[in-house]
Amino acid sequence: MTTTLQVVVDALALGALFAVVALGITLLFGVMRMVNFAYGELITAAAYALVLTKALSVPLRVGAAIAVALVMAVLMDLALRPFRSSSPTTSLIATFALSFLLQNVAVLGFGTQGTAMDFLPALNQAIALGDLRIRWITVVSLVAGAAILSAVALLLKRTDIGLQMRAAAADFTTARILGVRANRVITFAFLLTGLLAGLVTLVLGVQRPLVTPSFGFNFLVPALVGVVVGGMDRLVAGTLGGFFVGFATVILGQVLPAGTRVFLNSALFALVIIVLLVRPKGLFVSEQREYERV
Amino acid sequence: MRRKVVEVAAPALLLIAVAVVGSVLSSGLQFQALSILVTAAIVVSMYVFIGNSGVLSFGHISFVALGAFGAGLATAPAAVKPTTFPALLPALANMEIGNIPSLAMAAAVGGLFALLVGIPIMRLSGLSAGIATFAVLIITNNVLRNWEAIGPGAKTLSLIPTTTSFLQATIGALLVVAVAFTYQRSRWGRMLRAAREDPAAARSVGIDIRAQRLIAFTLSGALAGFSGGLLVHLLGSINTQQVFLDLTFITLAMLVIGGIGSLWGAVVGAVLISGVNSLLAEAERGMGLFGVAVQVPSGTRLIAVGAVMLVVLAWRPDGITGSEEISWWRRWREEPVGELSSSGE
Repeated sequence: MTTTLQVVVDALALGALFAVVALGITLLFGVMRMVNFAYGELITAAAYALVLTKALSVPLRVGAAIAVALVMAVLMDLALRPFRSSSPTTSLIATFALSFLLQNVAVLGFGTQGTAMDFLPALNQAIALGDLRIRWITVVSLVAGAAILSAVALLLKRTDIGLQMRAAAADFTTARILGVRANRVITFAFLLTGLLAGLVTLVLGVQRPLVTPSFGFNFLVPALVGVVVGGMDRLVAGTLGGFFVGFATVILGQVLPAGTRVFLNSALFALVIIVLLVRPKGLFVSEQREYERV
Repeated sequence: MRRKVVEVAAPALLLIAVAVVGSVLSSGLQFQALSILVTAAIVVSMYVFIGNSGVLSFGHISFVALGAFGAGLATAPAAVKPTTFPALLPALANMEIGNIPSLAMAAAVGGLFALLVGIPIMRLSGLSAGIATFAVLIITNNVLRNWEAIGPGAKTLSLIPTTTSFLQATIGALLVVAVAFTYQRSRWGRMLRAAREDPAAARSVGIDIRAQRLIAFTLSGALAGFSGGLLVHLLGSINTQQVFLDLTFITLAMLVIGGIGSLWGAVVGAVLISGVNSLLAEAERGMGLFGVAVQVPSGTRLIAVGAVMLVVLAWRPDGITGSEEISWWRRWREEPVGELSSSGE
C-alpha cells in the first residue's frame, strides 16, 4: 500500500514537470503553428548556466538560469522569424535543424561528457511521512508545478495579453484582424515559454544532476509525445497530455516486468501513431468542434 | 528526349566524378569519397518518397538501419556470432551469405518494413506525418537497441566484410539514381507528383493518393535499406546510434539544401554537403591543408551544416537547385515547385 502511494506521488511529481514543458510547447504551437523541436535547448542552456555559476549563491544561480533561458527564448524568436509564414512542415524541419545546431554548440563549448550542476543536492534527501519516504524535490516539483500551471492559467484568463494569446491560439488570422498585435503576442509567448523552461530546469537540475548537450532534447521528446497525444490545438489538452505521459512513465516503469521496461519508449511512440491515426485532434479534445473547419 | 537523358545523366556523371576523383586520393580521403557515394544513395532514396509526395519523413533512417543491420548480421562470420551475441536467434546467428545477396536482403527488409509502417501512416500528411515518422524512427532505434534476439543490441556489430569498394559504391549509388529516375518518370510517379501539386485535382481525376504514397514509401524504403547495406559494408562495423538522429538530421539537411523536389537537387545536396561534412570531419581530427595544419573543434561540422540548412530553408525553400531538374538550357520559371514553400495541409 505504501509503495503504491509512493509510486503515485512520484508519478504526480514527474507528471507536473512534464505538464509545464508541454504547456510551453502547446503555447507556442497555439500562437505560431510551430512545433518547436528546439524548445529543449532552452532547458539545456539554463542547465549550463547552473554549471557555470557553481561558485555563486543560490538566488544568483536561479536568476542566472532563468535569465539565460529568457535571453535564449528571445534569440530563438529572432532566429525563427523567417519561418513565421512557412508551412508547419517547413518550420518543423527548421526547428529540428536549430535544435541540432544548438546541441552542437553545446558540444563545442562543453564536450559530450556529462557536466555536474551541483544545484541544491540537499533537496534529494528524503523526509519520512509515516512509512512514506518522499524526497524534498518531489514535494518541490509538485508544488512548483501546480503553482506555475495556476499562474499561467490566471495570466491567460485575467490579463489583457493573456486574452490576446488565447485569441491568437484559437484563430490567429481573425485575432490579427481584430487588432491583436502578432509580434507582441509571439514574443510574449516565447518569453513565457523561456520562463517555463528556466523554472523546469531548476527542478530538473536537482533530480538529474548531470547535463549533456542532449539534456533538454531528451526531456522534450516525451513531453512532445504528451502534447500530440493530448491534443496540440488546445492549451489544456496539451498540458494534460504532458502530465499524462509523465505520470504513465513512472507507473509503467513500476508495473511492467523488468525485461520489457526498456521498450517503454516504443510503447509511448506507438501510442502517438495510434492517436494521430484514430483521434488526430488528441485524446483530451472533444470531437464536436468539427464544424469550425473551413 | 534530350532533356530526359540529361536529367539522369547529370546526377550520374556527378557521382562518377566523385568516384574517379576519390579513387586517386590518399586512403583517408578515399574513405570520405566512398561515404559521399553511399550518403548520396541514402539521400536519393529519401527523395523518392519525400520529393515526389511532398510529405515529410523523419523515419527513413530506420529503413537504413534495418538494411544495415540486416546485411551486417547476414555477412558477419557465423563462427563468432553465437559467442559474441548469445541472445541472437539461431537462424540469424548461423547465417552467412555473400555480399550481393546481403544487399538484396537489405533492400527487401527495408521495403517490407516501409510497407508495414506505411499502411497506417500514409493516411497522414503535413505535421502529423512528420511526427508519426519521427515516432517510427524512435521505435525502431529503441527496439534494435534492446531486443537482442534480432540484433547486437547496444553493442557494436563488427567483423562485417568491407566489400563497398569504389566499384560497389558507384554501381550502388547509380542503381539508386536509376530507379529513382525511372520511378519519377513512370505513370505512378507522375500520379504522385500530380497529387503533390494539387491533391484535390489529383483526386478528382481518380488518383488514389494514399495508394500512390504507399507505393513510393515502400520503394523508397527498399532503396534506403539497400543503401544501409552499402553503408554497413563500407564501415565494417555498426551500432544503433550511428543510424539514428545525427544521420537523420544530416541527410534531411542535404535534401533540403539541394532542393527537395528534384533528383538533381537530392544528388547535388548530398555531394555538396557530405563533401563539406567530410572535409570538416577531417579538420576536426586535424589535417594539413596546403601545408597549413588545420584543426577545428569537434561539433563545428554539424553547426555549419545546421546553419546552412536554416539559411536555405528561410530564403530559398526550394533549395540551391530550385527543386528543378537540370536541363541544357536554363529556364527561368516564376512559380515555385511548392511542396515546402506552400502549405502542406
